[in-house]
Parts: sequence; structure tokens; C-alpha cells
Amino acid sequence: MITITRKPEAPLKTAILMQLLAVLAAILAAGIIMALIGYKPLEVYAQIIKGALGSAYRVRATFNKFIPLVILSLGVAVAFKMIFWNIGAEGQMAMGGFGAAYVALNYGHLSPWILLPAMAVAGAICGSIWALIPAFLKTKFNTSETLVTLMMNYIALKWLTYLQYGPWKEGAFPKIPTFSDNAILPTVFGIHIGWIIALVLTVIIHILLTRTKLGYEIAVIGESQDTARYSGIAVTKVIIITMLLSGALCGLAGMVQSSAVEKTLTQGFTAGLGFTAVITTWLARLSAPAILLTSFVFGVLLQGGSFLETAMRISADMAKMLQAIIIFFVLGSGFFLNYRITFAIGSWRFPKEKPCPVPVREAEKEPLEKAATAEDGAQNDAKEGEGL
Amino acid sequence: MEAYTSILLFLQVIAMLGTHVLFATLGGILCEKVGNLNLGLEGLMLLGASFSFYVALNYGNPWLALAIGCLASLAGSLIYAFLTISLRTNQVVTGLALTIFGTGVSSMLGKTMAGVSLPAQIAATFGARSLPVLSKIPLLGPVLFQQSPFVPAAIATAVLIYLFYTKTSLGLNTRIIGENPGAADASGINVTRYKYINVLAGGLLCGVGGVYLSCVYAGIWQNELTAGAGWIAVAMVIFSIWNPLRAIMGAYLFGAVRGIGFKFQGGIPFFGMKLMINAQILDMLPYITTILVLLFINLRKKKEYNPPASLGNSYFREDR
Repeated sequence: MITITRKPEAPLKTAILMQLLAVLAAILAAGIIMALIGYKPLEVYAQIIKGALGSAYRVRATFNKFIPLVILSLGVAVAFKMIFWNIGAEGQMAMGGFGAAYVALNYGHLSPWILLPAMAVAGAICGSIWALIPAFLKTKFNTSETLVTLMMNYIALKWLTYLQYGPWKEGAFPKIPTFSDNAILPTVFGIHIGWIIALVLTVIIHILLTRTKLGYEIAVIGESQDTARYSGIAVTKVIIITMLLSGALCGLAGMVQSSAVEKTLTQGFTAGLGFTAVITTWLARLSAPAILLTSFVFGVLLQGGSFLETAMRISADMAKMLQAIIIFFVLGSGFFLNYRITFAIGSWRFPKEKPCPVPVREAEKEPLEKAATAEDGAQNDAKEGEGL
Repeated sequence: MEAYTSILLFLQVIAMLGTHVLFATLGGILCEKVGNLNLGLEGLMLLGASFSFYVALNYGNPWLALAIGCLASLAGSLIYAFLTISLRTNQVVTGLALTIFGTGVSSMLGKTMAGVSLPAQIAATFGARSLPVLSKIPLLGPVLFQQSPFVPAAIATAVLIYLFYTKTSLGLNTRIIGENPGAADASGINVTRYKYINVLAGGLLCGVGGVYLSCVYAGIWQNELTAGAGWIAVAMVIFSIWNPLRAIMGAYLFGAVRGIGFKFQGGIPFFGMKLMINAQILDMLPYITTILVLLFINLRKKKEYNPPASLGNSYFREDR
């Protein structure tokens, strides 16, 4: 007989160790697969690292993927913290790029000091409008946000294709004109300024989620909407505000990517980064500092993968398979953190210790206690929130 | 008479364009009915499409190609099933990872197959053929039964799944799991086994859709051959309100929209004017209608229109 019981939440150290082990196991498993289909795994891994970090040019290319991933993941994280499954980062990023490009193409003659902030604001607004629609539908009609955000992605991507092949094309070619020099983000230490934006945003979002009232309300709603409602949090208002923030971050990522990397808008400029961000966020367990790490790992994998193509004539898709296997293993490892498996034959048990008699679920008790203390402050919000 | 033949031809094209989407939609319904939101449909289709094409190309045996294609997508959905059902991972993230996996593996495998056509015996077995008797039915006959056998097979599968859900006790059990796995477990239904079987069967159907797409409809390999059909299927599951019979309508409606897009690329003649249809705007339609359908479901508040109540949640007995 196999019995499965819930474990109390593992300490951070164990959690990190477990994830590292999972990554190692994944690298091993993927290596075996590579060997089976006739590649030398060690060489492939060496080339991925070399391709991502081997020269200044390649490091820059890695950062071109790392930076949007960080900003997108932060956007996804604030929504996920609220258990609002925003998998629409791809579409919000696309719309952000659209907003930025609209400003860049129409007001390209303005000074960069005005133009770039205007592009950022336009991108953020377009991204947040794209996130507002599912948030509104969720709060007003209780539609599934997972499905609506997913569908919104494809509408946004088709919209970019429409622009590129239709109204925004340059002459006879389906290509949107390149932005003027004023509309391109400057570089700092050889890498476009997006890396500073990403770091600053990481700090801000980390503080927001862990130290502020809004962050606390987001966490309570994530634990239980009912608890939040009873403790006087204006649930609808917080959901709308958080989703505006989430969409704005993703939209900003679109502005950064189109301005600094693509230097124009293309139909495929999001390149699946919005979907990858869902994964990096989840693997980082929604923690802003950990997002830096997971985004970096995936940035290396994406860039190293495309290097494989030129260096070893191995398709970049090898790296895609590797990514997926790493995700599978890390996801699966979460089970062993949260559950204890006991094998029993007769009176013999393995492992020896007794299964936890009453499942300890800190997460459920905590918000209730904390919520009680926060009640006073939150009551005012309830009244304001009613209007929404 | 000429109008009749051209309408027939158009309907035949619609049936061809919608069939792989129908298979994948049915696969999605099977998964979602037991509470598993599977965002890996696209990856599963690509696995089925690429492996079957590879076998068809190298061994020339259509049945072997079909079998290997199905096995590949079964293997893919086994990963998903093990992670989400046994290890209780997040379904959304696992599904997205499965799509990345399927895309990666299929493109790796497809590296050598780009632009090569399939041997003739594949088309001879899977291509259009007239079925005896049935193909003589007016209208329906030529549209459905003078086609690749995959077309009537897709419709038959949809009807069978519908009958399974509404007329058998096993089907009822399956639906209970999607609505309330705790109650199902309490009444003695083996939740884990049902979930595995349904998710694997769903994966299998996606694989069949993939085989149809690569070996029958396309006949030539290109990278990411599905071109988002798996995502359309995710949308179509909702559009059909989790009903296999409505899925037939949804998938072929999608085929019709595609067909109209192909046929009237130069614009539709309309009282002497030309109504231009934009392909990209047309492509948005399935997604926009899906959102509208979701909205409609929630406005009507009718029980039978609701998604399976446990959709997206993993089930753990002790949490009951």
C-alpha cells in the first residue's frame, strides 16, 4: 500500500535544494535522450553555455531575452499571487508593443526625453487595457480568466499581423517601418537600458508584494476571496487594480522589446516570451527575486538554443525540448516537497516516521489571523469599492 | 446544377478543413470532462503529426504511421497525466510545457522532412474514397463519405462520445468526476483511473487529428504544421459548451470560416461591389466568439452550460 499525506510547508532551504536536484535530474534525463538520438550531450550543453555567455555579443543577445522575461514575469506574478490566472502576458506584451509603436511611428521627430516616456506610457496603457477586459469579465460575469486571457493573446497577435500586412506596411513589403533613432532606448554598459528598468521593477514589485497594503490584500484574495470579503477588502477593486498593474508591466515589456531590440514592430516580436514568462514565474514560486534567477536560466536556454543551430547544426528545438524537460522535473519535484509518501506492507513501513496525523496547513490559518488585525484599515476600502 | 456542384465542393472543403480541429476538440472535451484543462493540445497534435509523417515517409506503411503517431501523442499525454493527476502539478503550466515539448520534438524530428512529399500508398489508403451505399445519400453522401475515411470517423467519434456521456453509467461517472471528484470518490468511483483513461484517450484523439493533418490533409511537412489548430481546439471546447455534438458544428463552422477566407481572398461580390475580407481579422473570429460564448454561458446561468466545476483543480483525497 502506498499512502500519501500532506507535509507541512518545507523550509526555503529544502525547497531550493529540491529544485536544484530536479534541474540536475532533468539535465541528466535530457542528456540520455540526446545520447539515444545520436548527439553528444556534454558537447551540446557546453555549446548552449558558450552560445549564451561566450562573447559580449552573445551575452547581449541573452539579455535581450532575459530583460523582457523578467518584466513579463513580474506582471504575471502579481496576478498569480491573487490566484488570477493571467496567461495573457503574450497578448498584453503584443499590445504594449502596438501602443509604443503607434507613438514611435507618429511622433518620431520628438526629442527622446519626451518620446521614450510617451512610448512607455502608451505601451503600459495598451497592455493594461488588454488585461482589464478579462479582469472586468471575471469580476462582473465570473468568466474564467484562464480562458479569456488565453484567447486575448491570439486576438492581439492577429492584430499585429493585420497591421504588418495592412495599414502599417512600408511600401510593397509587409514590414512596419523602422523606428526613428529618437525612439530607441539607449544602452548602459553595452546593454540596453531595459536591464535597469527590469531590476528597479523587481525591487518595486518585491516591496509591493511583501511590504504594502495592496500586496497584502492581493495575498489574502489569493488565499480565499471569501476571507478577503469578510475582512473588508474591496475585492473587485483590488482585482481590477492588480490586473491593470499586471497588464501595464507586460505592456512595458512589449515597449522595451520593440524599441530596444527589434527597433520596430513585427508580428512575431513577442516570440512566445509571454508564455515562457508564465513558466518562469511559476518556477520562481511567484517570488520577485527568484524571478531574476529563473528568467536568467531561460534566457540562457533560449539564446544557447538558437546558437546550437549555427554551431552544431542542431536545431534550436533541442533547447526547447530541454526547457520542457526541466519544467516537467521541477514541477514534479514540487510534489515531494508538499506530500509524504509512505510504503507499507503489513506492519512494515517505509519511511519509518509516522505520517502526519492532522495535515498542517499554515496557509489556511494565517490569513484569517492576519486579516483580523488588518480589518480596521480595510473597511474604508470596502465603501470605495462598492462603486466599481 | 452548376451551383449545386460548387456548393458541394465548398462543403467538401469545409469538411476537410475542420476535421483535425474536430479530433483535437473532442480530445480537449475528454480531458476537461474529468476536470483537466489541457493546454497541451497543440503539442500533442504536433507529436502525432510529426511521428506519423516520419514513419509514413520512411516505411511507407499508412497503418504503422497511424499507430506510431497515436503512440507518440499517447506518450506525451502520459507525461501530462502523470504530472497533473499523480503529482498534482499546476495544469496550466504543465499544459504549456507540454506544448513547448511537442513543438520542440516535432521540429527536431521534422528537420529532415521539410518539403518532401509522401509515398503514394499513404494517399491510396487514407485519401478520398467513396464508401459503398453511404456515399449515395444526396448532399451528405458526397460531403462526408466521398472523403478521406478520417472525416466520417471524426463525426462518428463525436457521436460515440456523446452517447457515452449521456447513455452509459461509465459516462455518468466520468462527468461526476469533473463536477465533484470528492463526491465521485465517496461513491466508490476510482477517480485516478478515470482521469488517466480520459486524459490518455484525449491525447490519442489529438494524435489522430495530427496524423490526419500531416499524412492526409497536408501531405507535405512544414515546421509547426498545426499553425495554432491546437489552440483553436481549446477555444472550440468552450464554443461547443463541452458537448461533443456541438463540437462537430463548431469545428466545421471554423472550417467554413477558413474556407470562405481561402475562396474569397479577392473579396466577395456584393451587388456589384467587392466586399473585402481581411484574412487576419477573419482569423480573430474563433477567439472573439469564444470569449462571447464564455460571456453568454455566464449570463444564462444555466447549469448544463457551465464548465465542469472542478476544471483546473487537482484532486487530493485528504483535502476533501
